[in-house]
Amino acid sequence: MVWQCQHHRYPRRLYGLSLLAMLKTRISIPATAPAGAAIEIKTLISHPMESGFRRDARGEAIARNILTRFECHYNDRLVFGCDLQPGMAANPFIRFSARIDVSGTFRFRWVDQHGAETIETRDLSVTP
Amino acid sequence: MNAGRKLWSALVLLSVTVVLWSCDAGHDATPMANATAGNARPLPAPRSGYHYQSADTQALQDDAFANPGTLWLDQGATLWSQDAAPGGPGRYPSCASCHGELATQPLRGVALRYPRLDAAADQLQTLASRINGCRTDQQQQAPWAFESDALLALTALVANQSHGMTLARTIDASLQPFFDAGEHYYYQRRGQMNLACHHCHENNVGRMLRGDRLSQGLGNGYPAYRLQWQKLGSLQRRLRFCNVGVRAEPHPFGAPEYANLELYLQWRATGLTVETPAVRR
Repeated sequence: MVWQCQHHRYPRRLYGLSLLAMLKTRISIPATAPAGAAIEIKTLISHPMESGFRRDARGEAIARNILTRFECHYNDRLVFGCDLQPGMAANPFIRFSARIDVSGTFRFRWVDQHGAETIETRDLSVTP
Repeated sequence: MNAGRKLWSALVLLSVTVVLWSCDAGHDATPMANATAGNARPLPAPRSGYHYQSADTQALQDDAFANPGTLWLDQGATLWSQDAAPGGPGRYPSCASCHGELATQPLRGVALRYPRLDAAADQLQTLASRINGCRTDQQQQAPWAFESDALLALTALVANQSHGMTLARTIDASLQPFFDAGEHYYYQRRGQMNLACHHCHENNVGRMLRGDRLSQGLGNGYPAYRLQWQKLGSLQRRLRFCNVGVRAEPHPFGAPEYANLELYLQWRATGLTVETPAVRR
């Protein structure tokens, strides 16, 4: 039985996230942390990450549509950044850690291939 | 013929009961519960599709943050609390204005009762079609398309309110014809491959089908995030996918055949808990 290749009626990911005009994000981060401790940060964003290598039901190429960059700044200092590529799955989930010494604000930024930005901020206060 | 069939059913039921009774009492209580609900077939103890996933996929489902299905729950929560359309207070009411705030889980347990009988239409109504009914009747909006993100989001949100509750569907006389139709569908060969549901999901459970491990094909995690789809999808989408897999022409979304089958599958899943949004391969 062929499961993956022939069900042209349901091209994977073709439905997109049309109704999510603004990208939905989820960010997991503690509100407080002891000074000098490493905290874990998890981010999730809804995005189809269309690779550009697939074809639709009529055999026409589906245009590439991906996020190309993710960055996390803390008090305007880059904590973590990465380039995203067409091979990434939809709804990229990114987890990293950071060591925090002073209270401040995290700024998360996703950029798509057209330059459109999705920006979220989270405050963190350091406990002595 | 009727009498003979009844006798046959009674015999089978008796033998099933004897077999089950002779099993270790603490071993598996669930199949007996299933066997007494009107069906004489010796069903295996139900096991969630979760069991057949890889450790990574299970971990993704268990992680309340990383589970990508939660993106749809978030969208559902937004839709729940906002008016269906601008137009002044109460004109196009939000879900919350009738059903209450999400924090109180007002629809907890509702998903266990769907598909339910729509007596007026003399067919089963799935949770998604019920939500669309609310949308057209109460909110006076055009219904959402099947598999649209909005409909999936609200369906998942409502089903998620029953998360962890145990499925225990009883089939009364009014549901019996639909249940029987669903059961018939389950055991009916179809498609170029000439396969029925039970050939995979009963006779070959746990074995590999190319890269996939065959599950019992129960819908307790749906709408579920399938890695292959890279998005949330309904149980009907999964069933259509099965139809195409055996080279059968799938029914359209919302077809009564699927509603009947959903009811039958839900009955088979008696004893499992609702996992929506599950993550499946």
